[in-house]
Amino acid sequence: MLEIKNLHARIAEDETEILRGIDLTVKPGEVHAIMGPNGSGKSTLSYILAGKEDYEVTEGEILFNGENMLDMEPDERAAAGLFLAFQYPIEIPGVATMEFLKTAMNAQRKARGEDALSIPDFMKRVKEAAAHLNVSMDMLKRPLNVGFSGGEKKRAEILQMSLLEPKLCVLDETDSGLDIDALRVVSDGVNKLRSPNRAMIVITHYQRLLDHIVPDVVHVLSKGKIVKTGDKDLALELEKNGYADFIDAAA
Amino acid sequence: MNANTPIKHTQGETDLIARFETARESLAGSVSVGALRAASLAQIQDKGLPHRRVEEYKYSDLRAFMKSAAPLAAPAEAAAVRQALNVQDSYGELDRYRIVIANGNFAPEVSDLADLQAEGVSVADFAKALTEDGGSQLLGAPKTAPGDGIVALNTAFVQGGVVITVADGAEVSKPIELVHVAASHGACVTRSRIRVGAGAKLRLLETFTGDAGAGEINAVFDYQVGDKANVAATRLIAGDAPAPRLCTTIATLGEGCLFKSLGFVAGPDFVRNQQFIHFVGENSEAKIYGVSMARASHLADQTLIVDHAVPHCNSREFFKTVLDGQARGVYQGRINVAPHAQKTDGEMMTQALLLSEEAEMANKPELEIFADDVICAHGATSGQIDEDLLFYLRARGIPEDEAKTLLVLAFLAEAIEEYDEDDVTAGLETRVRDWLAA
Repeated sequence: MLEIKNLHARIAEDETEILRGIDLTVKPGEVHAIMGPNGSGKSTLSYILAGKEDYEVTEGEILFNGENMLDMEPDERAAAGLFLAFQYPIEIPGVATMEFLKTAMNAQRKARGEDALSIPDFMKRVKEAAAHLNVSMDMLKRPLNVGFSGGEKKRAEILQMSLLEPKLCVLDETDSGLDIDALRVVSDGVNKLRSPNRAMIVITHYQRLLDHIVPDVVHVLSKGKIVKTGDKDLALELEKNGYADFIDAAA
Repeated sequence: MNANTPIKHTQGETDLIARFETARESLAGSVSVGALRAASLAQIQDKGLPHRRVEEYKYSDLRAFMKSAAPLAAPAEAAAVRQALNVQDSYGELDRYRIVIANGNFAPEVSDLADLQAEGVSVADFAKALTEDGGSQLLGAPKTAPGDGIVALNTAFVQGGVVITVADGAEVSKPIELVHVAASHGACVTRSRIRVGAGAKLRLLETFTGDAGAGEINAVFDYQVGDKANVAATRLIAGDAPAPRLCTTIATLGEGCLFKSLGFVAGPDFVRNQQFIHFVGENSEAKIYGVSMARASHLADQTLIVDHAVPHCNSREFFKTVLDGQARGVYQGRINVAPHAQKTDGEMMTQALLLSEEAEMANKPELEIFADDVICAHGATSGQIDEDLLFYLRARGIPEDEAKTLLVLAFLAEAIEEYDEDDVTAGLETRVRDWLAA
């Protein structure tokens, strides 16, 4: 599904190098967790996958289902099946959540050569997905993310994810700012989307999220490189001993 | 004839002076109306068209723009009027009454007069009223408007228009569209007086259609709003037009009334939409909105003076502008508060979104306060599309153009939604989309 080969990248503006040779292969059905201390490049990796222009890839490649993803615009990547759940979902005043969902779903369908959804079909899908995630109709009528609490924003992200039915989900610190109950709702929403055809990359600081979303593979990212890969027990080990051992290994 | 040093006339001014000589005999009005017309022309003759050295026209130099002046439009032929109305599409299927002004003159045969009569609305011919006793009073204006060059130009050349009278207490059940049709090329100079009786309710849609060619359109709307009346006036100035579009609102507000207006501008090369709002009765409220879009090298000017001459009145001014290419936008808004106009509450905001490097916005909010117990605020912003918002939308699969459309629409819709007139919301938002897709 996703193959990242020797990826080097820097901040376009000041040329600060962030990623220093990442190799990562994710197969359909797998859930990979990427852990690492602040500043290790976790969020940068997610932004580069989604196509944010602030970063510049200097070396390496990213293949998404065999296609060179770095040649694709952000909206083309989304239509091809990539979804990034943002760490800080942005507020968009004046754009009603419902209108936004319809525009996004139909834009992706159009890009894939499918017909636009009928209004009843669209409403049915939204209502079903919203019910599972505890998203009220009132929230859907409001402008996107405007005045939403931290938990509401994260639930709205997962709602979008379930409606857009991506092939690869990248969750960037989806647990940040969530209390225990909200964490459970969000994790349940994510787990519902696990399927043999879909892969996930879960980026997090804490092992806590991985109790709910149990990964198949855990990677430790440090100073722009993956320094250790293991199974879910690696996360427990990190929780106990911290990152110090691995950071030293990278240096 | 005048004490000032004579100015050297531009071709536009020379054309206007010749136009006046040609049309003089046929322009409607009593002897005193004729004198007012002559005095107004003399103002143009002496001072020229409004230009950038006149403070109110600093950013909108009509004199430089108006390189020539076309003759006044000839009386419209009925068939041409009907044809123009058939292709007109201002508010789609919206259920509404219609009053038509064609080539500058009232066209009763295509107006819904009987239905309006039943609602308590009478409509008279402005040109005819000018010939009657006291006709010159129809050309009067409160203190902030008379010296204005565009109003003077209107007074000199006004062909006709309508006098709409809404009876006391009449709540007109549907919006009334006052359609200005250009059925053939030529300048259309109109004035309408709208008298809204005490406690009456009126939704007026001011629209313009047809092709006036090189002729300017100069329309003055003179609202006299009675006590406790409720008025919403939506002005739609759209489409391609190479000649100036000059629209003026004069509103005199009685006691305890609500006057709302929204000036929507999208398309023509040179638009000046100006409003002079006067509170003469206490406890009234004015809510004035503007939505402008301009591209290429076009100009969209929204100018406003709100005159708080009496205490206890509120005004809200909220203007949005989107500019692309080398377009220029202008917002000039002034709130005057007279010395005894205590407890005035005025809040003015103008915001511009610049879609290109070369677009230019002049925001000039002004407060002139002579009373000491008032609340007045103003703000102005200019900015570009937020890249983070754009990226978020694109990351959800929305292509760049569509994402920009969504963001521009959201920006402008804030004013349209606060205006809160459900009848026009959908129509205006469609217009925004049309403009963005063009």
